[in-house]
Amino acid sequence: MMIKKLLAAGIGLAMMTGTALAGEVKIGFITTLTTPAGIIGKDMKKAIELAVEQMGGKMGGLDVNLIIEDDGFKPDIGKQKTDKLVKQDNVDFVAGYIWSHVLLASRKSVLDAGKFLISSNAGPSPIAGKLCNKNFFSTSWQNDQTPMAMGEVLNQKKVKSIYIIAPNYAAGKNIVAGVERTYKGKIVGRDMTRWPQQLDFSAELAKASASGAEAIFIFYPGKAGGAFFKQYEQAGLRGKIPLYSVFTVDSIALGKFQKANMQGVLGSQMTNFWAPDLDTPQNKKFVSAFKKKYGTYPSFYAAQSYDSMFLIKSAVDAVNGDLSKKDEMRAAMRSASFPSVRGKFTYGKNGMPIQNFYLREVTKDADGVWTTRIVSKVYENHQDPYVGECKP
Amino acid sequence: MPPFIQTAKIPMDLTLLTIQFMNGLQLGVLLFMLAAGLSLTFGIMDLVNLAHGSFYMAGAFISASIIFWTGSFVWGVLLAIPLVGLLGLVTEFLVIRHLYSRSHLDHVLATFGIILVFDSLVHIFWGSNGISVPLPVWLDGQVEIFTGMVFPTFRLVIIITGLLMAVGLYILVNHTRLGMLIRAGASDRTMVSALGINIQLLFAMVFTLGAVLAAIAGMLIAPITEASIGMGGQIIITAFVVVVIGGVGSMKGAFVAAMLVGLIDTLGRSYLDDLFKLVMSPGAAETAAPAISAMAIYILMAAILAVRPQGLFPPKVR
Repeated sequence: MMIKKLLAAGIGLAMMTGTALAGEVKIGFITTLTTPAGIIGKDMKKAIELAVEQMGGKMGGLDVNLIIEDDGFKPDIGKQKTDKLVKQDNVDFVAGYIWSHVLLASRKSVLDAGKFLISSNAGPSPIAGKLCNKNFFSTSWQNDQTPMAMGEVLNQKKVKSIYIIAPNYAAGKNIVAGVERTYKGKIVGRDMTRWPQQLDFSAELAKASASGAEAIFIFYPGKAGGAFFKQYEQAGLRGKIPLYSVFTVDSIALGKFQKANMQGVLGSQMTNFWAPDLDTPQNKKFVSAFKKKYGTYPSFYAAQSYDSMFLIKSAVDAVNGDLSKKDEMRAAMRSASFPSVRGKFTYGKNGMPIQNFYLREVTKDADGVWTTRIVSKVYENHQDPYVGECKP
Repeated sequence: MPPFIQTAKIPMDLTLLTIQFMNGLQLGVLLFMLAAGLSLTFGIMDLVNLAHGSFYMAGAFISASIIFWTGSFVWGVLLAIPLVGLLGLVTEFLVIRHLYSRSHLDHVLATFGIILVFDSLVHIFWGSNGISVPLPVWLDGQVEIFTGMVFPTFRLVIIITGLLMAVGLYILVNHTRLGMLIRAGASDRTMVSALGINIQLLFAMVFTLGAVLAAIAGMLIAPITEASIGMGGQIIITAFVVVVIGGVGSMKGAFVAAMLVGLIDTLGRSYLDDLFKLVMSPGAAETAAPAISAMAIYILMAAILAVRPQGLFPPKVR
């Protein structure tokens, strides 16, 4: 009897803490804070904390309550944490998600509860197509878009054949599909490697080298990217077969590369929707504040996360803090009227940005710090190829 | 969308095959360095040591720091070895020593705890970002073994180091007094202690030897991948597979099994997708191949366990 009473009290208490306090907007943020990939999550965390700080901790007159959770780089844990945010914390928005498989596992928990889901990185194809939802918005890109831009760059450079090496998971497959969608030359070989365990690419590099391909295309986010670059150098392929990548070289990796003096990375080219030197007012404000506060360049993960917070703010501002007005909040986000680091863009009906993509390369800045800078614009207002499958 | 050009011919040319074979060998010797210590502690001390991979990680981080401090890769490795040995001794003294008389479940619990402690220590001292370890110029290039066959110098160094260590272990185990005790310990522990051998000292030495071997493997892999938290957790599972295939407590078994696993893994990654393409669509083959090649070593283990439950080369008389 006593136990039952205690349980009832406990549940009651849980429900009370679950309901949002008046005057507060709760934002759940799922990212990876443990495992070596945790370094990405930390960069994202820095960016959202900077954004909230710049907002004075307020959105639409409400106090911002950020709840950051760690997915441990695992879809099952990501889903558990998402459930916790939705059911226990009763957040108003769930944002974040580095990994496509984590987002795919977690999306239902958020969307079924009628809450807003904001991806700050992952952009798996089903979410842009068949599984699209009116309450989903991305402040990054759909996975295929960046490699599609890279395919276009390879066409422009008249590269006749490529060898593709990418990890065997949701995003890896999208990235490969993306580059193959636009690249017009020959694909002489394709290796999908174990993810995330495999860090030794000796067998794949030997195959690529023997294939006679003119270039190698890779996608390796996090520590696998650094490992790949090193082994590519050690195999003596630099100067023989140029290496093109997407989402592999970022400010996090570059710090490490510079420390190890991996000169071969300088000049390396990739496509991205953003670079630290992108000339927009919001980006200048973001990059300089980030460098001032944390002493390093922000990564693209950070830029996207920063945008997520301003997207959410635009929704809360539009209803003056009345979080019950979901339709108006959705309309405000759909208009993409917030100041974005990428400049002006629009949203497709699937919540994916229609935006520019750039070719960027690794270079030294005025202080000798390795960073990326924009070389040219590859796509203007580019929309993902899955929007046609989206029937909201 | 461009057509995917099916590589109709299976690229069976000899140069590539030789390179892949050497890549497999390199993975094999690395696994051997890990499995040797694991097999010794498991076979002689009857200790399930999940934390073996932590020494692999410690080796990578400690040597990386010394390399940056001294600017020399060789010094980094040479100075890190005694430090890791000390770490092994201290760990044995503080934790492992108290586990010998306990059950395997206690071993698992305690050594899992050690993993968490090591991971946290690395986190505190080095942060969560991994360390990219630079190689000196003379190791960073390639060597031409035959005409047209170039191989990264450093991977060759790993193979040679691994083989030398295998020879060294062979001599130590088969032709020294310590080796005799180790072999005796693997066969009958109680008898060895009954004969008045200081078993506690023997165990401490064996544990430290295993830790140092694992740490050297970590030092050698760091310049290829990087020193990162949790790096030991991934490879230690494969090392356990090697120990089981080779026969618990057997150095010869660990060596043969490590080579077998290294080659199967590498050749699977190299050729399995081409083989699958003969019977299925390229897309399906590319997805299936990494999954199946990841399973290959476990299939091998299951097959060997079915035929020879004691492993390929179990120590005589258990």
